Amino acid sequence: MSFAVGDRVRTSGRDPAHHYRVPRYLRAKTGRIEAVHAAFPLADARAAGDPAAPIETLYTVAFEGVEVWAGAAEPNTVYHAELWESYLTRG
Amino acid sequence: MTARVSGLIGALEMRGIATDAEVTAVLERFLAAAGPSNGARLVARAWIDPAFRTRLLADANAAIAELGLDLSHWAPVELRVVENTERVHNIIVCTLCSCYPIALLGPAPQWYKGEAYRSRVVREPRAVLREFGVRVADDVEVRVWDSTAELRYLVLPQRPPDSDGWDERRLMQTVTRDALIGTAV
Repeated sequence: MSFAVGDRVRTSGRDPAHHYRVPRYLRAKTGRIEAVHAAFPLADARAAGDPAAPIETLYTVAFEGVEVWAGAAEPNTVYHAELWESYLTRG
Repeated sequence: MTARVSGLIGALEMRGIATDAEVTAVLERFLAAAGPSNGARLVARAWIDPAFRTRLLADANAAIAELGLDLSHWAPVELRVVENTERVHNIIVCTLCSCYPIALLGPAPQWYKGEAYRSRVVREPRAVLREFGVRVADDVEVRVWDSTAELRYLVLPQRPPDSDGWDERRLMQTVTRDALIGTAV
């Protein structure tokens, strides 16, 4: 599933045992596609030494501070992470 | 770390891929050309030349190539320049490790690689900025950008007030490394 700038997306809540680029504080959170980048080999597969790592589109996803940190968030802050397509579903 | 690097270089030599001397020569060539004056030059040019500023914000890799700069020495890396305004303050981190635009800023400062900065700036960027002596008003949005192996960031700071008519060289001297990371203005 591909996304466009402005789309609402939700991160996966998965907790795999291997290298994974969705930090725990961003799991099952809703954000907005801020930028669409080139396709890169999926970091999870590359870290496992898979020479046939899938090539996936990378997105910059913007998360409001309150979405990530709830009541502990500072006002008016936005955190941006680079996430691969397979981490995201429509939010 | 030193032992791991030696092990890697040993493995490269054993397989006939590269020698220790070749690796050292590549690194020295890279570091000799890398430094914060490259980043400062980009910023000063963007302040003086609105068309360059537009190109820099739209496609930074192409814009820095105009000045003979390149980020991709070993693998393709995308550069993105994010602009500070009256309403927005940007700050850069690499929470995973220490991804940083070395070609434009030189080697990263120790604190940039430290766990304190990397974990705190994500959660409380305003508190971290205050410790750097930067007070950002509540109505200014703080945007934190988390760099990766695939993508590096550089902050385009606001032009200093009362700098009308200054030339590129003079403007360059006002740009600090920390302003390009976002921990200074």
